Amino acid sequence: MTVVVGWTPDPRGHAALQRSAREALAHREDLLVVNATTGTAAVDDRFAGASDVSEVHALMESLGVEVQIRQAVARDIAEELVAIADEVGASLLVIGIRHRSPVGKLLLGSTAQRILLDARCPVLAVKAAEAPGR
Amino acid sequence: MDALLTGLSLAVTPENLLYAVVGVLLGTAVGVLPGIGPAMTVALLLPVTYNVEPSAALILFAGIYYGGMYGGSTTSILLNTPGESSSVITALEGNKMAKAGRAAQALATAAIGSFVAGTIGTILLVALAPTVAEWVVVLGAPSYFALMVLALIAVTTVLGSSRLRGFIALTLGLTIGLVGTATGQPRLTFGNSLLADGIDIVVVAVAIFAVGEALWVAAHLRRRPLEIIPVGRPWMDREDWGRSWKPWLRGTAFGFPFGALPAGGAEMPTFLSYVTERRLAGKHRDEFGKGAIEGVAGPEAANNASAAGTLVPLLAIGLPTTATAAVILAAMQGYGLQPGPQLFEAEPELVWTLLASLFVANTLLLVINLPLAPLWARLLRTPRPYLYAGILFFAVLGAYSVNFQWFDVALLVLFGILGFAMRRFGLPVLPLIVGVILGPRLEEQLGQALQLSRGDVSALWSEPVAVIVYVVVAALLLWPLVLRLIPGRQGPERLADEVDELEEEVRR
Repeated sequence: MTVVVGWTPDPRGHAALQRSAREALAHREDLLVVNATTGTAAVDDRFAGASDVSEVHALMESLGVEVQIRQAVARDIAEELVAIADEVGASLLVIGIRHRSPVGKLLLGSTAQRILLDARCPVLAVKAAEAPGR
Repeated sequence: MDALLTGLSLAVTPENLLYAVVGVLLGTAVGVLPGIGPAMTVALLLPVTYNVEPSAALILFAGIYYGGMYGGSTTSILLNTPGESSSVITALEGNKMAKAGRAAQALATAAIGSFVAGTIGTILLVALAPTVAEWVVVLGAPSYFALMVLALIAVTTVLGSSRLRGFIALTLGLTIGLVGTATGQPRLTFGNSLLADGIDIVVVAVAIFAVGEALWVAAHLRRRPLEIIPVGRPWMDREDWGRSWKPWLRGTAFGFPFGALPAGGAEMPTFLSYVTERRLAGKHRDEFGKGAIEGVAGPEAANNASAAGTLVPLLAIGLPTTATAAVILAAMQGYGLQPGPQLFEAEPELVWTLLASLFVANTLLLVINLPLAPLWARLLRTPRPYLYAGILFFAVLGAYSVNFQWFDVALLVLFGILGFAMRRFGLPVLPLIVGVILGPRLEEQLGQALQLSRGDVSALWSEPVAVIVYVVVAALLLWPLVLRLIPGRQGPERLADEVDELEEEVRR
């Protein structure tokens, strides 16, 4: 079985990544790291560069987790993540979530919310360690 | 000199200064963004010419043109994809420098080199344009006709991937230029009274540059994002200065004449500058392919100098040699200004204000580009759907504002699809747009020449200048055939192929 994690190279993604590694170790499962972008901008900070990817490989090797990284360009991130979880028959899907302001909720949809509702496997939502003062 | 000082005093009036600032900011922004260039931006802004003074509009457009050359280098260096076609060569060494942690120096030599080259180029422009105009003013209609033929043939054959495709685009452009009743009889109007006045150049330019590009991007919307190299404030140390100043001057020497020739554009001089710097690098020869500062300094100077050079034939003869120059020419025609020798006599204030404002724009560009390069790079994070939604909105608004008729919007869509198809099938856009703009003027000069000679065709080669120009045209057309006939040589090498080869060599 496989643990799938939605990862971005930022604190939120890192929190999800570490938690997913723990889950994979605890249940002796593989880890599939998914890093997706809509690909509509020339530069996307949430799309991992080569150095970010090799860092993840190094981290997982040190933890002793069997890891695969998949970078995808997709129309809809939530849909893509759920589809990948289905495809590999994931036992668990780990995602990072963040605090959202009322205005943010009004203006933007939530990828996390759609994953929670649509995924066919259990979903574990992790928060990044919050900055002090929040 | 007096004229230039008067122009300078007019260029720094608050209003004109404001247009220069807006122009350079906009120009840098569109230069940074891949796919959006100064030609598209000036085309989208053509409708402002209905409300704004000619001098202000031209200052705005010239600022955009110069700014585009600066902005393109930022993208080339940090992202390894050219923001502008003029910065293709810059990416070769510039991105290698950035990857080696020398992005700040690459950006600095590009910006300062652009400033040096732009200033020298503008001085040459100020010195040469009036002289050329004086020389051209004595030419008769046959010579003008010949010069326009040369411009059309040159933009068609010298650049681009294939001559055949160039001529197809040129034919399309000339055909669009034929529509209307300029000669008394309706031509290609299909009995439609809305076509009787011809197709407005604003509609064609906006459709080909903006709508065509937007459709093209929409068809290739999702691409793997590129890795951007983070950078602080650009700076150079003593050694970088020492290695940069000679390439700047040599790049200027390549850029200006190539810009001024109808073989136009910045591709050729930037390529030549790169090759020259590599040959002359001496002990730094090994650094080429790994991030040599000379390989950034030279081509970046060359592309800015060529932008200044382009303005010589544009102002003095009324011949556009690049897409942006063609659209600026359309704006001048929209004002009823006749670019060419008469312009210097009829509108000295306008011309000198424009020339003086080029110095202002160039200085502004250095000031806003050197400290703000990291900020400009942030523009690359803008999702394309937002950008192109805005572009399409302004495109439709612009086309509608020409005559306040839905018909123009329909034409916009039609030519937008044409623009998309041209990109799909690799037809160059430049010959089309130059054809649309020069076509009617070509016909006018031909008519004048034949009227004076009472229909005697031999009048067309009755002036020595015309004969020389025709010889050049023949040489341009026959050159590839001659090359093919010389034994031991392969077929004609195209610039695009050579650039590809160079890229492969460096990327290895």
